[in-house]
Amino acid sequence: MKDQRPSRAGESGFSRRAFLQGSGAAAAATALAAGSGVAEAADDKTKVLGPGPTAITLKVNGADRQVTVEPRTTLLEALRFKLNLTGAKPVSVDDSSGASMVIIDGKPASANTILAVACVGKKIQTVESLGGSKPDPVVTAFLHNDAMQCGFCTPGFVVAVRAFLDKNPKATEDQIRKGLNSNLCRCGTYANVIQAALEVVKGGSRG
Amino acid sequence: MAKKYSWPDRGTTALLGKPQDRIDGIAKATGAAKYTYDVNFDKMLIARVLGSPHAHCKIKSIDFSAAEKIPGVVKCMAMKEPGNEVRWQGDPIAAVAGESEGAVAEGLKAIKVEIEPLDVYVKDADLAAAEAAGRTGKVAKNVQLEREAGDDDDEDKFAEQEIERLLKESAVVVEAHYGIDVITHMCLEPHGATVQWEGDKLNAYLSTQNVSGTAGQFASPLGITTGDVTVICDFIGGGFGSKFQVDNFNVTAAKIAKEVGRPVKLMLDRDIELKTAGCRPSGYIDVRIGADKEGVVTVWDSQHWGTFGATAGGVDQGVIPYVFNPKNRRRRATPIITNASPSRAWRAPNHPQACAMSQTAYDDIAAKLGLNSYDVFLRNLASVSNEKQNVYQAEMEIAAKLIGWKDKWHPHGKGPKKGAVVSGLGMAIHTWGGGGQPSNTNITIHPDGAVEATLGSQDLGTGTRTAIAIITAETFGLPLAGVKVNIGSSKYPPSAASGGSVTIASVSESTRRAAQDALLKIFELASKKLESEPENLEAKDGRIQVKSDTKKSLSWKEACSLLGMMPLEVKGEFKRRDDQGLSSSQVGGVQMAEVEVDRDTGVVRMKKFVLVQDMGLVINPKCAQSQMYGAAIMGIAYALFEQRILDPTTGAFLNAEIADYKLPRLGDVGEIVVEIYQPDDEYNRGVVGLGEPPVISPGAAISNAVCNALGVRVPVLPLTPKRVLEALERARKA
Repeated sequence: MKDQRPSRAGESGFSRRAFLQGSGAAAAATALAAGSGVAEAADDKTKVLGPGPTAITLKVNGADRQVTVEPRTTLLEALRFKLNLTGAKPVSVDDSSGASMVIIDGKPASANTILAVACVGKKIQTVESLGGSKPDPVVTAFLHNDAMQCGFCTPGFVVAVRAFLDKNPKATEDQIRKGLNSNLCRCGTYANVIQAALEVVKGGSRG
Repeated sequence: MAKKYSWPDRGTTALLGKPQDRIDGIAKATGAAKYTYDVNFDKMLIARVLGSPHAHCKIKSIDFSAAEKIPGVVKCMAMKEPGNEVRWQGDPIAAVAGESEGAVAEGLKAIKVEIEPLDVYVKDADLAAAEAAGRTGKVAKNVQLEREAGDDDDEDKFAEQEIERLLKESAVVVEAHYGIDVITHMCLEPHGATVQWEGDKLNAYLSTQNVSGTAGQFASPLGITTGDVTVICDFIGGGFGSKFQVDNFNVTAAKIAKEVGRPVKLMLDRDIELKTAGCRPSGYIDVRIGADKEGVVTVWDSQHWGTFGATAGGVDQGVIPYVFNPKNRRRRATPIITNASPSRAWRAPNHPQACAMSQTAYDDIAAKLGLNSYDVFLRNLASVSNEKQNVYQAEMEIAAKLIGWKDKWHPHGKGPKKGAVVSGLGMAIHTWGGGGQPSNTNITIHPDGAVEATLGSQDLGTGTRTAIAIITAETFGLPLAGVKVNIGSSKYPPSAASGGSVTIASVSESTRRAAQDALLKIFELASKKLESEPENLEAKDGRIQVKSDTKKSLSWKEACSLLGMMPLEVKGEFKRRDDQGLSSSQVGGVQMAEVEVDRDTGVVRMKKFVLVQDMGLVINPKCAQSQMYGAAIMGIAYALFEQRILDPTTGAFLNAEIADYKLPRLGDVGEIVVEIYQPDDEYNRGVVGLGEPPVISPGAAISNAVCNALGVRVPVLPLTPKRVLEALERARKA
């Protein structure tokens, strides 16, 4: 009954903690010191990046954004500190909270378990893209159903519901209960999130 | 003031008491809401804390030389001096600030700390071991007996004899052990601050539930005046009682920012957050309880213990047995001092543990007598300590209907089986005070009709902003969008910290008072134009009109233009509850749980959870219901899943990550049904806070439901599969 989280494509498989603090950090530091720090960009050619801060272009919410990042910078850190897109939240060191969820090439992914340099050439969509003057129906459903309390997990949950309903536009309550276990809320808004998701299903999700 | 403040009569309101969407809901759902963690400045440094890896030691030296050489590390600062004692794992000992998260992580790793290890003690569930280790504090005792001791009687000896006599004369005696482990607050936004100096003035964006009360806590250690500190918190990502104080790491962030001349963001890592930034005390109890053949408890004798962590304390003996106040009782409480972080107020301090440690015993009385638990709770209502018998009785009837108690209840362990799966029902009741604390609201009405309500409150997630907007808009007859609410700054008029479920009552008092006074001023101006007396006017549907002749009216804007050039500013003050009827305190609450338990795997599954709660006059039922849903889920969390696991030898906190610290997810909570109990006498007693009460009963209600399903008590929460299987095994052997 616990943690039946769907495996999500679009994740790098990096553990941020292991990368930053464990053997990964040591390996990366050695490689960088040797001047051969290599990270693979999304195109097939192997590009040498680093060892220090490197300028890359990220396609975020439809716009090309130039950022200077270290090869070890996570997408979450780049979004939050370089682009001031703070909707995705740093809650867990792995992807077990869902709070940093974004959509990469149409699939949900945790922004804190993928490096910024690994996202070059990919289409990144953050929760901010669901706002604006005409918010996404998931956003308005969250509002109408009060699917938030402190709200810190809410952007991640909105992205998760959006991604889940894109794939399962006619989801039943049972499917929602089984399929949205990737995100954690400490205030306990689950009952209202279920109602919000159901409202979107009933009202028809976006095409 | 001669004026009598009051709420509009029930049924006459446009907004108040009707479900409203949060005014900041879109901002929260789209990432536009800026939490402390989200406040960024140019040239801002990221800082992190190094927590002690040892649970008990003396610091001999801290060496930053290697850390300072790491590219991107800008500043290292010690938080402990040589000779300082560390008393729990994760206690901050140093901080590193740098250009990136990676640089800071490397910097923290490179700090060399030399320590002298000291003895570690963390076994809070074992009273005898704690006594042997000299880790117990002063025992608190409270005895109440129907018969008084004579002048020549030794009090203790008399109590002992009297209790033995009463137990012997009881129709049934239950002798049992119950308990509940330490859990943490696990705020999803960790503790921390983003700080920025402007000359000698500090702007501290602090994740706090105490906006008006924290500036001085920064000022004093920094050697500046409170007026030179502005604490700002527009949104807070969870607090639950852990975020009242300015911690030493926040002050360290300000010190680093000052030294380096750059803004600093210091937020705790998740593991340090769990290790040091808040937990709830444990409670374990040995109890003997005697009742008559109807299940009415006549004597209670208990000894309980538990830990506050590194400081002495535990569950107060005064709340045992919880809510029930039987005629004869002896309660003893022993604090155990451990090498674990000191506890902080956790949503309804004392109450969830007391409920879980004692209303389970009441249910075991029912089980032993073969009685329906509902009847036993009902018969014992005569002894409730808060004189809310009638409220409990009414709420029990509602809850029973909602969960189908009559049809589904069966004697403990005697229900139908589906393979290895058995089901059961359980209930519990609770109480909480709430009530208003001092609060001030400024209402500003601009000549163009714009309205602002300004106060130093905060929104813990309960919908404070929206409640203030509802009250202001309702008073002026305006739509919600016609009101701007400013909260979240220590420069605003001071309002109570959000603790003890006092926020809504506090801000409702000061806001309604300010708004009624301000409206009177507008009435005075409008009365000349409308050729009527101020008391004959009303504010409705965006107009100021004569009650008896609504054709004689001014639009809100026209009325406000009579102010001339200057805005009108009115301060609403609330110092204490003064029987004006705007707020009240003391609530009841009944909860019932339906569970399924798999006897082969030990897994407990929530089927249905019902909460019925009184809370006086409800400002916004939508947000109130959300709090009830949330409390149920937080209760399901500590009843079934969450526990802090410490290594018994080293005191290491083994599951200090979200992946390991188990909390329920969306699929784990079952069906939850909430019902606000609000007959006219509740509406008429004014506003009472709600944050805490509904989180109290779930532990006992779920434990009782599991016991009803299995016919066996799983004594200690959380009811993990392992504990369920162990309890079944013990019963098999018995």
